[in-house]
Amino acid sequence: MEIPRIPLGSWIEGGLTWLTSEYSVVTRGISRITQTGINSLNDGLMWLPEWALLAIIALLCWKLASTRLAIGAVAGLALIWNLGLWNPMIETLTLVVIATLVAVVIALPVGIAAALSERLYRLIMPMLDFMQTMPAFVYLIPAIPFFGIGSVSAIFATVIFSMPPAIRFTTLGIRQVPVELIEAADAYGATRGQKLFKVQLPLSLPTVMAGINQTIMLALSMVVIAAMIGADGLGSEVWRAIQRLRPGDGFEAGIAVVILAMLLDRLTQSLRKSRRS
Amino acid sequence: MDETRPVKIQVRGLSKVFGKQPKKALELRDQGLKRPEILEKTGQTLGLSNISFDVYEGELLVIMGLSGSGKSTLIRCLNRLIDTTEGEIIIDGENIPTLGEKALLECRRRHFSMVFQNFALFPHRTVQQNAEFGLEIRGVEKSERHTIAHNALKQVGLEGWEDAYPNQLSGGMQQRVGLARALANDASVLLMDEAFSALDPLIRKDMQQELLQLQNKMQKTTVFITHDLDEALNIGDRIVLLKDGEVVQIGTPEEILTKPADEYVRRFIEGVDRSRILTAESAMRPVRTTARDSDGPRTALHRMRDHSIDSIYVTDRDRQLIGLLEADAASRAIEAKAETITDHLTQDFRKVPPEEPLQNLFAMFSEKSYPIAVVDEQQRLLGVVVKGAVLDELARAGEQ
Repeated sequence: MEIPRIPLGSWIEGGLTWLTSEYSVVTRGISRITQTGINSLNDGLMWLPEWALLAIIALLCWKLASTRLAIGAVAGLALIWNLGLWNPMIETLTLVVIATLVAVVIALPVGIAAALSERLYRLIMPMLDFMQTMPAFVYLIPAIPFFGIGSVSAIFATVIFSMPPAIRFTTLGIRQVPVELIEAADAYGATRGQKLFKVQLPLSLPTVMAGINQTIMLALSMVVIAAMIGADGLGSEVWRAIQRLRPGDGFEAGIAVVILAMLLDRLTQSLRKSRRS
Repeated sequence: MDETRPVKIQVRGLSKVFGKQPKKALELRDQGLKRPEILEKTGQTLGLSNISFDVYEGELLVIMGLSGSGKSTLIRCLNRLIDTTEGEIIIDGENIPTLGEKALLECRRRHFSMVFQNFALFPHRTVQQNAEFGLEIRGVEKSERHTIAHNALKQVGLEGWEDAYPNQLSGGMQQRVGLARALANDASVLLMDEAFSALDPLIRKDMQQELLQLQNKMQKTTVFITHDLDEALNIGDRIVLLKDGEVVQIGTPEEILTKPADEYVRRFIEGVDRSRILTAESAMRPVRTTARDSDGPRTALHRMRDHSIDSIYVTDRDRQLIGLLEADAASRAIEAKAETITDHLTQDFRKVPPEEPLQNLFAMFSEKSYPIAVVDEQQRLLGVVVKGAVLDELARAGEQ
């Protein structure tokens, strides 16, 4: 007797098609809002002359981190500018910033809720495992029927892929607050809200920041991949280099990604360290 | 103790079972089974069993027991950080185990301040902000809570450290912050959970002494948990002795020492080294008067006359002992028209730390008859010992 193959794939497709047609109003709304966000941030960053943005970033690095990072930032960004990759770099940066913002806005409350409720924790953790281990490319496929080809789909896939660490670290940070401090807050008659805002959140801040740092890194790697569904930026430069078999162009764009990644990583890490723990 | 004193907290038939079937464990307990058998039969741990005692208004009650005796559970039942299984805890007419969530918060805010073994200070808050915590939770207005917390910090000797963070302080100082946090809150009962156990022995003695001084001043109802009998005997007005979640004996330190309720208590108090109790500290009397280094000779002489003494200890502004002024030296200073007494001091006296055994003191009295100064490590004058007191103390020890 032959066991019939379970039509898992067609079920999922059916579900996605239903979602697309039933909720097209919602997806179109999201699409419009996100596109407006992307455009305005992108235009804003592009409107600034290259040297001005470079100076601002250098100043930011110097203020928040160190002189060394500022020098590194100037050298790296100058190289990107020189290679003629400035505009794609800005496009990538825009996508990363917006995707991270959306991811963090969703992740913080979810992470807090999961930390405070054991049941929610058990529900959310396997979902996070799913989101993180599913090959990143797979998210690109349903993104297209939802939001069409382009940057909005890229943001959608990126948010899903990069959100888990922010949730995990928020939950971890809150759960790591020593029991005796919770006990102290309880003993003095703190309400749940007071406990959360006066004790748990401030104490978990360094861990939450580490999570956000991870989210930014994942978002950067994903927006590059998202070039396959028409996202602009450094990813599309790499993609074009692959199609034309030009390793030189590919590496130039790749190096630009690395520079951007290091810059974002060091900046957010210094933000974390400058907080008193 | 006088049994008619007003009762602050009444604990009646309090039991606590850890586990999911507390009823079953209590049934077995009522059949006369003990903790290990109940654990074996039901998998439930009988943390506390049928505890009853009163806490009188203004007393310092020590709950003492070894680890596993249930003392930490008991103190946490009082403010319901741990829910009880059965029994009553009545404070000002309210039965704590049956309070609703809102009423419980209100009750904790009004009645309980707590000091923890490992300090439990908030590392992200300054010393000042830590001391303000309880008031902030209660919604006390900012400038008011600032003043109250500042005064509390002053009381525990932490003035000037307001803007430091807990990790910049030593253990003893951290626990002072914990104490200030509790004092600032001005709740009616102070709960101290092994508050000094994490401190090293010398600092611990200091803190005990300071707690007693504060207690003398404020008469705050205090429940103090400890595993250390010396500490219990030293600070407790009364002691509740716990063993395996049950009360073994309740009484004053004297009653515990002289009339142990059973073999367990007797074995326990054998560990107390009686000779160690007889130290300079036990025979020490408070100094009636001292002179300051900035005083003139006339002022100093005047003080001596007021207290009918012929020599006076001189301290600087930090209460550090800097010398002794004799009456003759003072009059010579007046003749020499000296502005201050600092040039006329003598160092020809004896000083000892508070833990100096009494026997050693006895020999020091041979030549001169100045009272012996008792000083702490910072050379601060704690008190004096006179010959009579030593004799008295040694004689009493002989009787025991």
